[in-house]
Amino acid sequence: MSELTLAGAITDALATALDKDQRVLVIGEDVGQTGGVFRITDGLLGRFGDQRVIDTPVAESGIVGAAFGMAVAGLRPVAEIQFMGFSYPAYDQILSHVARIRNRSQHRFTAPLVIRMPCGGGFGAAEHHSESTEVIYAHLPGLKVVIPATPYDAKGLLLAAIDSPDPVIFLEPIRLYRLVREEVPDGYYTVEIGKARIESEGTDVSLITWGAMTHEVREAVEVLSGHGISAEMIDLRTLRPLDEDTIIESVQKTGRAVVVQEAPKTAGFGAEIAALIGERALYSLRAPVERVAGWDTTIPLKKAEHRYMPTTETIVAAARRTMEA
Amino acid sequence: MRNILDLEGRLVGEAPIDIDTTRRLYRAMVEARAYDKKGTTLQRQGRLATYAPLLGQEAAQVGSAAALDPNDWMVATYRDAAAMWMQGYPWEVLFLSRSGDERGGRPPVHVDVLPPSITVGAHMIHAVGIAWAEKLLGTSRIAITYFGDGATSEGDFHEAMNFAGVFKTPTVFLCQNNGYAISMPRERQTASATIAQKADAYGMAGEQVDGNDLFAVYAATKEAADRARAGDGATLIEAVTYRIGPHTTNDDPGRYRDPEEERAAHDRDPVERVRRYLENEGAWDGDWEETVQAKAATTIERAVELAESLDSPSPADIYGAVYEEMSPDLRRQLEGIES
Repeated sequence: MSELTLAGAITDALATALDKDQRVLVIGEDVGQTGGVFRITDGLLGRFGDQRVIDTPVAESGIVGAAFGMAVAGLRPVAEIQFMGFSYPAYDQILSHVARIRNRSQHRFTAPLVIRMPCGGGFGAAEHHSESTEVIYAHLPGLKVVIPATPYDAKGLLLAAIDSPDPVIFLEPIRLYRLVREEVPDGYYTVEIGKARIESEGTDVSLITWGAMTHEVREAVEVLSGHGISAEMIDLRTLRPLDEDTIIESVQKTGRAVVVQEAPKTAGFGAEIAALIGERALYSLRAPVERVAGWDTTIPLKKAEHRYMPTTETIVAAARRTMEA
Repeated sequence: MRNILDLEGRLVGEAPIDIDTTRRLYRAMVEARAYDKKGTTLQRQGRLATYAPLLGQEAAQVGSAAALDPNDWMVATYRDAAAMWMQGYPWEVLFLSRSGDERGGRPPVHVDVLPPSITVGAHMIHAVGIAWAEKLLGTSRIAITYFGDGATSEGDFHEAMNFAGVFKTPTVFLCQNNGYAISMPRERQTASATIAQKADAYGMAGEQVDGNDLFAVYAATKEAADRARAGDGATLIEAVTYRIGPHTTNDDPGRYRDPEEERAAHDRDPVERVRRYLENEGAWDGDWEETVQAKAATTIERAVELAESLDSPSPADIYGAVYEEMSPDLRRQLEGIES
């Protein structure tokens, strides 16, 4: 066991995978010499060499397109995009090729690659550095979309992603990178993709979230408890394929649901959760499903960013509204 | 521009292949033309979806593919059926692909030819990644990618060429400059004097060849493949050819080019040029031609029958190819459709 941050757990996962499987390689901008802008790949170049930890030209479409080719040819590339906001030049590669090659070749060719992207705001970064556009990836058949919220899950999910026979978008909440440390097993283990995690059980309201918002939701559970409200917290961990049953079983038990996302509200992934509950658990509901989300604006820059973000208070208020309905 | 066979089928350089091989490649070009003609006919009959004719580009495709090893990778487009077939992609699978059937993207297991790229330009980098992987794996396999003059305008062309240059990947970039990107002439794609000269900017070899000259295309591709296998990096070949037909069966070239230009293109016919060469060499006669034409027609008819004998894909086929294993949410949807 080691005490690791989420960032450290990802580094540990990459080293474990590179060590375990000769087909694995790391590719991206500045991932070698400098260890990546968040130092996630720090030390890997020295340990595994420049044939397996590859610094590329500044070209996201090229990185993903080349990694796609490598995966088709039998390697297991882990591509890094420096920030989610820089991933859009690669979106055509991801949508038109990475996500579809299994379908368009009827299993004859596959692209088992992982595309890592730091995501989310709350740290006063420059424009385009604070994006939460997970929904544009979760919308694409053929992709798996994973977003860990704890160091243990980060390592286990990344190792599962690298082993996955299908391409995985691996989202890393920047705000959680170095927020907490926890015990993470040494060596190889996986956390199953497609399974949500019930962080705390409750009976009155289901709080459903993913990524960095787990931090605020965890605090909200505490505050609600002080108000005598028993909240159940679900960390989705995987957005696609979605663990529908865990969500539905929870809502059937509590009869109330609050979906919390950092992304803008309209057509966000929270809308998918709300629709799912409407389809499969409508008659269990005792109150309308609440969505707590970022504003329907571009995420503001540093000075107003904190106003945009869902907070413990807005989450608690939404949960209390469901109790009063 | 490299040229070995002139319009009359006379050698103006050294033939890169012997007479037997030339006869074999002549048959291949005839068969490709039979496929192409059939493709247009079937589309007119509503038996294929949109079809993109390769008429006039037989030498560029057959000549380049003939220079590859059988296990080399190929990443080509909707207009490159002849090249794909040369590398092992069966005619019936190509027909299947054009008829609107996902199984048309599934060549036999030993054929490493990707399904034809439909979007323009994004696929070139795939041949860079594939070749790079083979280099890292220490094999002698290379990857060739086919694209048109229009694709060189896409940003992805730059990224593919740049990666191939920086990492010296064993990739052959085979541009068929056929004069038009749908309706727009080559001059609207680039102000460069040639497409081949763009190779200079990426630090790789580049050459312009007569794309209607089987020998020139073969020789240039063979040299590029050898260079790639020797670890000396990628090559950009600009095969200057002409798209005699429309972009696809959906458009009318009369709207954007002079019909006289098409008529003149027939004088540069790549198939006729090789026929004349073989005749000059005493390796062609009318009887053999009849045999070749009849064999091509039979082969293509058989491929159409095979392609049309399959039932349409089922919902389970489509749902079953999203992931290696169907996820519970997809299984639930499929059950809803099938119930």
